[in-house]
Amino acid sequence: MAIEVTVKSANIITSLGFTTSENAQALLAGKTGIMLSSDAKLAPTPFYASLVNTRHLSERFSQIADPGKYTRFEQLAICSVNDALLNADIDIADRKTIFILSTTKGNIDLLESGSTGNSLFLWDTARVLRKHFRLYNEPLVISDACISGIQAITTAVRLLKAGSFDTCIINGTDIISEFVLSGFNSFKSLSSGPCRPFDLSRDGLSLGEGSGTLILSTLKGDMAEDSVAAGDGFSTNDANHISGPSRTGEGLLLAIKRALRDFPLSIGYISAHGTATPYNDEMESIAINRAGLQNIPVNSFKGYWGHTLGAAGVIESVMSIWSLQNGVLFGTLGFKEPGVSMPLNIITTSQKKDIRSCLKIASGFGGCNAAITFFRK
Amino acid sequence: MEQLVQKLKEEIITVLNLSEMKPENIDEKAPLFIDGLGLDSIDALELTVLLEKKYGLKINTPEEGKKVLYSVNSLAQFIRENNKG
Amino acid sequence: MNDQLVISGFCTLRQHRVVHNGKLLFEDPGSNTVEFLTAAYNHFRISYPKFHKMDQLAKLGFLTTEILLKDTDINSRYKADRIGIILANSSSSLESDRNHQKTIASRDNYFPSPSVFVYTLPNVVIGEICIKNKINGEGNFFVMERFDPLFFANYLPQLFNNDIVDCSITGWTEVNGNDYESVIFLIEKKKHTDGGIANFTVSEIESVYIRK
Repeated sequence: MAIEVTVKSANIITSLGFTTSENAQALLAGKTGIMLSSDAKLAPTPFYASLVNTRHLSERFSQIADPGKYTRFEQLAICSVNDALLNADIDIADRKTIFILSTTKGNIDLLESGSTGNSLFLWDTARVLRKHFRLYNEPLVISDACISGIQAITTAVRLLKAGSFDTCIINGTDIISEFVLSGFNSFKSLSSGPCRPFDLSRDGLSLGEGSGTLILSTLKGDMAEDSVAAGDGFSTNDANHISGPSRTGEGLLLAIKRALRDFPLSIGYISAHGTATPYNDEMESIAINRAGLQNIPVNSFKGYWGHTLGAAGVIESVMSIWSLQNGVLFGTLGFKEPGVSMPLNIITTSQKKDIRSCLKIASGFGGCNAAITFFRK
Repeated sequence: MEQLVQKLKEEIITVLNLSEMKPENIDEKAPLFIDGLGLDSIDALELTVLLEKKYGLKINTPEEGKKVLYSVNSLAQFIRENNKG
Repeated sequence: MNDQLVISGFCTLRQHRVVHNGKLLFEDPGSNTVEFLTAAYNHFRISYPKFHKMDQLAKLGFLTTEILLKDTDINSRYKADRIGIILANSSSSLESDRNHQKTIASRDNYFPSPSVFVYTLPNVVIGEICIKNKINGEGNFFVMERFDPLFFANYLPQLFNNDIVDCSITGWTEVNGNDYESVIFLIEKKKHTDGGIANFTVSEIESVYIRK
């Protein structure tokens, strides 16, 4: 009998809320967390980004531990994992439980201060979380640019199906920093306002920060009727350019095909990467069409939370799972008029819809692409 | 203009890490992108950084960028026109 | 049925020495990291001008893989999307991170550079290897304190057994200041080789890693 990897619990922390439910309510209300910020410490000129409220974060964290002893990144990740654990019936200290951290830059805001110590090493950051939660095993850390989140979930599914572990806590976190803002600025890839995925007037991405947690397990517990399982994920490489996607969507198409090859259900909804850069969205429209999925309802979450980089794959997967569980599809905030060359069935307004399965896709620097499925049992 | 063109060739080789090229290999009339040197999008962005850093000049639109960055000659002309060369 | 995996090749770049399948092919003891990498690039006649645009991590991983793959013919023996690249290191992209930080250290001299920033993601080395070798398969970059043979010995078979890859370029590629080391393996199913060099087990992986 095939081993099933089930979603036990999840959490999202972004500018729009500290729980999945808070975030979902904000999305349904059509709110965006992308605001104009004049924080001169982060950039020389005002910029649009989706920022987690630091004061609220510290207040929340101080109910868990002393904020003075943890970095902002660590507080964010710990709050998220903590919330997911509250609703999960798992033994976190068990030797068959593993933690996977997905992040592009970890505590990169400390680099500027010439910080000594190990905080700049991503494995050290994962260990801080391990120590806090008293996890048995050394965590894994995945850093694969914008596909990190999906890769972390994919790796978890593989390890669980192989029986190496029976429970996996995946957390994806990234914070906004001068480091990252300046870098994307140098690529002239930032939007002039809140980003507009797939839209004719889109002009770039909006950065966001946040943390997403997903707890997966092969253990049978008290399953609610609407429980969701994770399918197999795959990654590919365009082998074309290190910072721009392939114009033909070759790599993403391959990842989609692999994810769907042995998947028994037809896909009810696609959570696209939809960063709102001219090239990404165009490439995705091509890949989705070449895969024959152009009629499947598709959205991008980037208009709500911005692009949360290493957290995106987890945050957006969690909300896609919530969509499956609650029979709701979220509109693509920021989208008004189609601006890609191939037709897509873009979800414009949030709506009730009973869907059984979804496909989550992403692409990133380095020419990488990833795809994974989730389905209702 | 000759001096500026020569200097630009050297600067291009440096900022774009074209270590296996010499200035005399670069034809100042030839296109920098697609044909000619076959530079890519990152190279284009780096050249705009060069213009800003060394010559204090900003490129304001992608269309302007295409014209200015067409060749070494067009780069030199842009710099001269803005009295920076 | 799970196929036996073998190490069909390995390449180590460490202490200014290039060792391939246990044989010392090149050394340049007096140089610094960048000089060594460039000297090795020239020595092996790689002829790939994009090399000079790469950061140290990408140069290291790329070079090690080029030497590893020479004469292996994997592109004709395997489909491009069945070759996977699984790499790990300890410092992620710290060298490039520091370089990027320098470009934004002062608001009076604030010129972030896209060609530096693009390398502030460790997985970009995988992209460089894929571009040069036209590889389209599974790619993953892990960050861990030390090279962990047990992790690789457990994880790689899962990729082969689950029909994700038929061949893998796997290993460790790490740069931090003047310290660097790269140990990269070519992994195949035994039945696709003439036996390989050694079975892909924890002890064999470790043995390759520690040898000079």
